[in-house]
Amino acid sequence: MPVKPKAVALISGGLDSMLAARVVQQQGVHVEGINFFTGFCVEGHTHAIRKRDQARPKRNNALWVAEQLGIKLHIIDIIEEYKKVVINPKHGYGANLNPCLDCKIFMVGKAREWIAENDFDFIVTGEVIGQRPMSQRKDTMPVVARESGAEDRLLRPLCAKNLPPTLPEREGWVQRDQLFDFSGRSRKPQMALAEQFGFEDYAQPAGGCCFLTDRNYSAKLQDLWQARGTRDYELDDIMLLKVGRHIRPRPNFKMIIAREEGETRFLQGYRKSFIHMHPVSHRGPLVLIDGTPDADDLLLAARLTARYSQGRDAERVEVSVVRNGVSESLSVAPISSQEMPDEWHI
Amino acid sequence: MQSLNARYLLCPLPVIRVQDRVKLMQQGEVLEVVCTDPGTVHDIPAWCRINGHRVIESKYVDEEYTFTLEVGSRFADEP
Repeated sequence: MPVKPKAVALISGGLDSMLAARVVQQQGVHVEGINFFTGFCVEGHTHAIRKRDQARPKRNNALWVAEQLGIKLHIIDIIEEYKKVVINPKHGYGANLNPCLDCKIFMVGKAREWIAENDFDFIVTGEVIGQRPMSQRKDTMPVVARESGAEDRLLRPLCAKNLPPTLPEREGWVQRDQLFDFSGRSRKPQMALAEQFGFEDYAQPAGGCCFLTDRNYSAKLQDLWQARGTRDYELDDIMLLKVGRHIRPRPNFKMIIAREEGETRFLQGYRKSFIHMHPVSHRGPLVLIDGTPDADDLLLAARLTARYSQGRDAERVEVSVVRNGVSESLSVAPISSQEMPDEWHI
Repeated sequence: MQSLNARYLLCPLPVIRVQDRVKLMQQGEVLEVVCTDPGTVHDIPAWCRINGHRVIESKYVDEEYTFTLEVGSRFADEP
């Protein structure tokens, strides 16, 4: 009996990678999935944190897709290694701090290492020429294959007919005439193929699946780098950028203000690592202080905290400040809107 | 039985921690994992189903989700 070829498919949780994996599966190839966790993934986190999102489904779409396809899924933590992609992308950023081309090269490169370690034959992605302005263009397709080291072991089943034949096609592991020639931003061919395969339910993330494509999130990351004087981050930094209202009244500190109960609960987990404050005379948010504030800065922060409490129109609000485990109470006047420039909002 | 603390981790990190631990375990061994992210209710059983492991028990007490898993064969469906 001939040996069944083996492929690993990059599974994002979206429709394209789901279809690409199924196309190859249908040709008798053994397929397993791989999914990379960068720390910037949108999926699940805001839902898990915010109380108002509690009713929304919290499933991990990559796992769900793997289950629909009946394949194993390997989820790989690349948080540390991925920093170099975000901090210094060779091919630059997209509209925000999204290094999409470098990201794709990095992930395909990791998949190449994985197939070498696990004795698999080739890599499958759901890329479509012209689908994404930065990473999925006719001229960037060979760049991804070359710079990832995957070369012709990288198969894009949805647009393969628009590209030169790859090793899996030349070796007969897959039949080229059963691959596709999708191109452009239209989703109609994918939706038609989904219907053909009987996929009725699939994720369609409106803004992609990465926080780095988000303008507000990118502004917060840029602010973090600028304030610290270095382009670096830890996982906790990038998680906290997903939560709360971020206000920087002075260059040496910023405030992370919980907007609702779920965010308060999430920020409570960080109280030991940050100076934190909350109103005690009125209902109000938990606030983390990131940076090196002096006594005058803390007074200003307390006035801002009072502004976001139910005492915003009161003459005085009592705010509890906890620093190095020591608590003190400040009585402050809530700051007025005239005293608070728009530029403070990150 | 082995145990794993995945409290305060957001998905998919609890799944990744389970996956990494199970790699070091033998078929038939049992792992108890404790999580706080409600997403684990879907994700950990789904990960077990697709990778050939079995959820023996799951419970929710005091805002914590505890799953007891039995490790299956990792080579079950390979060609």
